[in-house]
Amino acid sequence: MAVEKFTSLRDMSAALAAGEYSSVDLTNAHLDDIEQRNTNTNSFITIAREHALNQAQRADEQRAKGDATPLTGIPIAHKDIFCTEGLLTTCGSKMLSNFHAPYNATVVDRLNAAGVVTVGKTNMDEFAMGSSNETSFFGPVANPWDRSLVPGGSSGGSAAAVADGLVACATGTDTGGSIRQPAALCGVTGLKPTYGRISRYGMIAFASSLDQAGPMTRSAEDTGLMLSYMAGFDPRDSTSANREDEWLRAIAHQGIPKLDQPLTIGLPKEYFDNLANAQIIEAAQAELAKNGHKFKEVSLPHTKAAIPTYYVLASAEASTNLSRYDGVRYGHRCENPTSLQDLYERSRNEGFGEEVKRRILTGTYTLSVGYFDAYYIKAQKIRRLIANDFSKAFEEVDLLLAPTCPTPAFSLNEHAKDPIAMYQQDLYTVPTSLAGLPALSVPCGFVNNLPIGMQLIGPAFREDTILCVAAQFQQATDWHKRHPGESA
Amino acid sequence: MNWESVIGLEIHVQLATNSKIFSGASTSYGAEPNAQACAVDLGLPGVLPVLNERAIEMAIKFGLAIGAKINLHSVFDRKNYFYPDLPKGYQISQFETPIVGEGSIVIALEDGQERTVGITRAHLEEDAGKSIHDLFPGQTGIDLNRTGTPLLEIVSEPDIRTSKEASAYFRQMHTLVRYLQICDGNLAQGSMRCDANVSVRPYGQEEFGERTEIKNINSFRFVERAIDYEIGRQIDVLESGGIIERETRLFDPDRDETRSMRSKEFSEDYRYFPDPDLLPLTFSQALVDKIALTLPELPDAKRARYIEEFGLSEYDARSLSADLDRSDYFEAVVNTCNNSKQATNWIMGDLSAYLNRNNLEISASPVSAQQLAVLISRLDDQTLSSKTAKALFDGLWNKADSEQSVDDLISEMNLAQVSDDGELTGIVEQLIADNPGQFEELRNGKDKMLGFFVGQVMKMTQGKANPQQVNEIIRAKL
Repeated sequence: MAVEKFTSLRDMSAALAAGEYSSVDLTNAHLDDIEQRNTNTNSFITIAREHALNQAQRADEQRAKGDATPLTGIPIAHKDIFCTEGLLTTCGSKMLSNFHAPYNATVVDRLNAAGVVTVGKTNMDEFAMGSSNETSFFGPVANPWDRSLVPGGSSGGSAAAVADGLVACATGTDTGGSIRQPAALCGVTGLKPTYGRISRYGMIAFASSLDQAGPMTRSAEDTGLMLSYMAGFDPRDSTSANREDEWLRAIAHQGIPKLDQPLTIGLPKEYFDNLANAQIIEAAQAELAKNGHKFKEVSLPHTKAAIPTYYVLASAEASTNLSRYDGVRYGHRCENPTSLQDLYERSRNEGFGEEVKRRILTGTYTLSVGYFDAYYIKAQKIRRLIANDFSKAFEEVDLLLAPTCPTPAFSLNEHAKDPIAMYQQDLYTVPTSLAGLPALSVPCGFVNNLPIGMQLIGPAFREDTILCVAAQFQQATDWHKRHPGESA
Repeated sequence: MNWESVIGLEIHVQLATNSKIFSGASTSYGAEPNAQACAVDLGLPGVLPVLNERAIEMAIKFGLAIGAKINLHSVFDRKNYFYPDLPKGYQISQFETPIVGEGSIVIALEDGQERTVGITRAHLEEDAGKSIHDLFPGQTGIDLNRTGTPLLEIVSEPDIRTSKEASAYFRQMHTLVRYLQICDGNLAQGSMRCDANVSVRPYGQEEFGERTEIKNINSFRFVERAIDYEIGRQIDVLESGGIIERETRLFDPDRDETRSMRSKEFSEDYRYFPDPDLLPLTFSQALVDKIALTLPELPDAKRARYIEEFGLSEYDARSLSADLDRSDYFEAVVNTCNNSKQATNWIMGDLSAYLNRNNLEISASPVSAQQLAVLISRLDDQTLSSKTAKALFDGLWNKADSEQSVDDLISEMNLAQVSDDGELTGIVEQLIADNPGQFEELRNGKDKMLGFFVGQVMKMTQGKANPQQVNEIIRAKL
């Protein structure tokens, strides 16, 4: 039977279980589609036909033996930040354009154990530094809703691939909004879990205290399914949370449960000041209110300080995380170095793009003697104040509802000359990253035929509450079911 | 002018864990280059450090042994610099908050005096790899086997005043970490290395002079030589009107001099900041208390006990307790033979001489403690004379077999004293008959002649007669 485009994970899983098609069929259909249509968006850096078909065959065997999981045989794409044994892992950079990791990221291992099929590696901003996917060494990604626009970033390839129906699910990573912002701009559902929920092992580091992997799919339901297999304690990541949440295991087989009572949802007023398209969020709020949820205005007073704080801390960490790319052991090495200094300087100068260099320089500066206290230490203090804002808000409310981004998708090159304007894209996503909290972006409307996303932000490790409300919202709305090419 | 030198040492102790401080790779020495460097040690993308808990226990053990404050909360920082043998471009270390705070250690000088040297702090960090410059012409080889080996860096106060004190301090630290079994103490393999901060000032002056740092000294002897050279160099500079620059210097043992590596203008800004890949290191006082119970008897306590329990001299007690293998050997001998005086004499005397001559450590002694103890017992029960005992020791040394029965070897070598009265009486009577003149002189009170007769008996028995017994037999004939 033919594989229908835009089939959900759950439906694919059911079709595989019912024997309507095999994983090899499903995977071939996906690969054919990706090979044919990838040029539309440039979502994939690597298309892994052979690797995928091997995995698909094993998945079919696994199913024949009767030990399939709901994800067995499902084609997925990994953001090219996750190390994958046997496939190229570039992190969107010339520096790693020839890098093959001899190990899998824990996320990749966990999903492989569940039986998924990796059809390829998706494009991204170089080292996840960017909000438009324009900084990739492998070229920008186009937004499937309008190819003259950006898909957002840094997980732009994953978002565009899911939105365009090339895959039903992809992994992403979010440091300051890199899952949520492209999810919003491409009209998909993307979750940044609580910091520590998913292992960072084998996920190439940008800013270690902020980086968090998460799923990108076309519904809350599929997001919950993916999360269930991605999450879990990893002894190889000292910052991963050692906890057992029963709902997390149950969700894989039973789906997202119904909420047993209405919630109090907070509206952080700082996020709505001067918000363009506020009417779309208000309509979503009205929709949620039908389920009996109460809304309450709350204040997160340090919101304004979040962007500078984030760029100080993330750049500081990035500046040293990226020191290992020195041309000595792997990655790009300049031709004919004349000295050690020359080897370092040219390899790094040639291997890194402009935005990465800008952040390495900023970070090096803020960690230097004489500036450390004024920038790094101060930023750490503000980070704590921002986290306290959220703690205080969650004393009064169960969840927060907020816009994901200030604008819908923007044009290629629109912010290329003005990094500060680009950084404003992260206005509503960065505070939750600094606080380490879970946040989900779901499609909630359209402006000029471009998707708009809203965020549901929860207390630490309460992805369940977020998912319940999102699933409820998606049962009542069909924003998440709209696809590019159809009339909205 | 009279100058006083002021010295502080930073000693790097490789902790004797089986695996590295932040990875599961082995720490054993001598493997093929880069055979013991895993993805974490290589600094591959995306890999993460996980702290080895054994290293924490060892650091706590050390802190307790020097009476230091153990910080229940400490932080790992990144020390950032580029070097080919530093794969991540930063070293994970502890900067602002070390695991071990202030403590002190007592050192003994050659004249028997003691001095207390303050310890500022001790912190955990990872070792770097090795750059090998002399193997490939025009190229540098990188061996990352050592990368990630746990180090405890012990920083002293500037309490040391002479190069002799510095080496005594280094030795004392060596003794201590061996006692604690947190380091194998193998200096030749780089298990302990030190950096020396050296400055000079006119006697009586309160403030310190500008200091230089001599890097990577890996022997007790080199510490003295490097510091002596550096003190002399600094005094020469100052006396000829120059000034000392704050700089890092390298000791060249072949030329016996220190050379400038980099000066202050080029000093690096290490951009220390807390490593976001590792949580702050926290543990409970209960853990510290538990580790305190596992502390062995420390060198000072052992020395005091040797004086008290075995009646050893201060010198012997210090010498026997200075090394854990040596004191273990000593105690094993004493426990079996119950003769601490003989045990001391044999270990400090013949055994040390044989070991030195053959350049062996006591742990590799061909004569086991058990064998030496039996030898001493046979001296005590007069089976052996001091002369035959030495012959037996030599025999045991050459056999080099700890399974060899001492008594069997005594028989085999025919070393037992002849203490059969009848046999000795016969020999004495024969001698008297052969030397009537000398016997007459003895009878007439010439006591010297007693020596002659005893000597002859010893000669005829190849030293196996019991001289006391021979004496008595001769006297009975008078």
